Amino acid sequence: MESDGGDGSDVGGITLDEGGITLDEVRHVARLARLDLSDDEIITLQGELSALLEHVDKVRRLDTADVPPTAHPLPLSNVLRADEVRPGLDRDAVLAAAPAVEDHRFLVPSILGEAP
Amino acid sequence: MSTSGASGGMHLLDRGVRAIAAAIRSGEASAISVIEEALRRIDEHEGRLHCFNLLTPDAAREAATNIDEAVARGVDPGPLAGVPVALKDNLCTKGVATTCSSKILAGWEPPYDATVVRRLREAGAIAVGKTNLDEFAMGSSTENSAFGATRNPWDVTRVPGGSSGGTSAAVAGGLVATGLGSDTGGSIRQPASLCGVVGIKPTYGLVSRYGLIAFASSLDQIGTFAVNVGDAAATLEVIAGHDPADSTSLDRPAPSLLRGLEDGVEGLRVGLIGDFLGDVASACAKAADDAGEALASAGAKVEQVSIPEMLLGLPAYYIIAPAEASSNLARYDGVRYGLRVEGPDAETMNARTRAAGFGPEVRRRIMIGTYALSAGYYDAYYGQALKARTLVIRAFEAAYERFDVLLSPTTPSAAFKLGSKTANPIEMYLSDLCTIPSNLSGHPAVSVPFALDPEGLPVGVQVLAPALGEALMLRVAATLEAVAPAAARGPVPLGDVNSQAGVS
Repeated sequence: MESDGGDGSDVGGITLDEGGITLDEVRHVARLARLDLSDDEIITLQGELSALLEHVDKVRRLDTADVPPTAHPLPLSNVLRADEVRPGLDRDAVLAAAPAVEDHRFLVPSILGEAP
Repeated sequence: MSTSGASGGMHLLDRGVRAIAAAIRSGEASAISVIEEALRRIDEHEGRLHCFNLLTPDAAREAATNIDEAVARGVDPGPLAGVPVALKDNLCTKGVATTCSSKILAGWEPPYDATVVRRLREAGAIAVGKTNLDEFAMGSSTENSAFGATRNPWDVTRVPGGSSGGTSAAVAGGLVATGLGSDTGGSIRQPASLCGVVGIKPTYGLVSRYGLIAFASSLDQIGTFAVNVGDAAATLEVIAGHDPADSTSLDRPAPSLLRGLEDGVEGLRVGLIGDFLGDVASACAKAADDAGEALASAGAKVEQVSIPEMLLGLPAYYIIAPAEASSNLARYDGVRYGLRVEGPDAETMNARTRAAGFGPEVRRRIMIGTYALSAGYYDAYYGQALKARTLVIRAFEAAYERFDVLLSPTTPSAAFKLGSKTANPIEMYLSDLCTIPSNLSGHPAVSVPFALDPEGLPVGVQVLAPALGEALMLRVAATLEAVAPAAARGPVPLGDVNSQAGVS
């Protein structure tokens, strides 16, 4: 079982100590979550997330041998429909909501470093 | 200013969903007169209560006129003809701003209607506006709104609960007859309890989530508010039922909920969940105890039951819900809609937009969810929480072998003061202690007003039922409603705000 986190798990090369979350780890998670947070916010979140992790520790430590996970309340498998052409949303109406548009497409800043 | 609904003759608006629809359908009253009264009350009280993010009076008047014309022509105007409704502002309304009380969506106008919005309109109900919520439905007080807190009509220094606090306060204040909310961990039932109204969270899948802006998709469910059980059920009947646009909506006909509502509880087996009683205010525990006695007096077999797994609900939820939220809210990236804060490259633009657009609670939940799903911690947190969810479901299943319905407090306390829990997120999270297990299991639950606490604030009790047990659950709730003091439920006289409401 890998159910006792804080076992030196590797997160971006950072090791989490038992019962807490490091500042570097908060920064790493903020990067994963695409949140540009200030240093003050990182420090506040370190305390808040550590407190919450302590609160949920009961779940982490639960003996769950032979208990299957439940990800969804309904026992649904694939829900299929006929492969029929149906009208979608109006393109112009959708694009009208976008912050920036060019030639009927969403416009974003460069993704791979310097623009050509 | 005169007060509305507080004294003098009772306006049709105060007689509830079914009475309003019946009067309008028969031509005894006009839809426009009811809508004008709702708009007049909103005009008078909205400044103090802040139930709404947006009002749509012109569209409401136009819809009312159309209903009155339909009645005059002999065309069926629908089962909820002319009933003023409030829509939580996380339900998409075509061409009408939908914000989730977040800066990241401010000004966005959805290109489509949520299925529930369409069904209400087709049934003749008239939306008067979009109600305030905790940002993206994350909270228990409606204080986490980017547009300011909603206040409890029983006492404007107190919260209405949340996250569906705007709808709950609007119904409790008599501004509308019914309304929609969404319930991911208690966001319908908890504000209903704090505002002295009925709030139903249906079985997961009974109501289409198409057009409900997602928070935690395996937990979210749309439900209804009204001042009495039958009216909340009448609205639910209209919005329930299969929708091909939501693949998780149950493929079965919508159940009849009003028939049998008054049939009583003779012989029903009721389990009073004992495990919460030590963790809630004495008034809330007493209300649940008294409700058990009331059901016993009405002929039910009531027994206290210990279900210790219920207490796993809260910690499991605070892993599962943020994990799902961190995934669902990844779509707010400044590309297709809403806010954008520019940056030199796409990732910087995404991160700046999200930091500027999301409030502190949403950021907190995204962070914890991202952490719980990240490499190295997925099994320890998210995986374990999903197994705890199984244990909660199994415990419910075992309990329902012995009992037809379960009973518990809805909330750990009555309405608390604005600002009293905002500094401590975990204390706020505890507000959903008793309501979360039903979201994990997908089972229905309802909060029904049952008592007043020593300060004169309303206290609800919760009736829980197995999947698709709504009809039985509502029958039990109606039985409790019949013996509860009338002063414990809305609409509260708004002329008396800040006084000890309900005390005559």
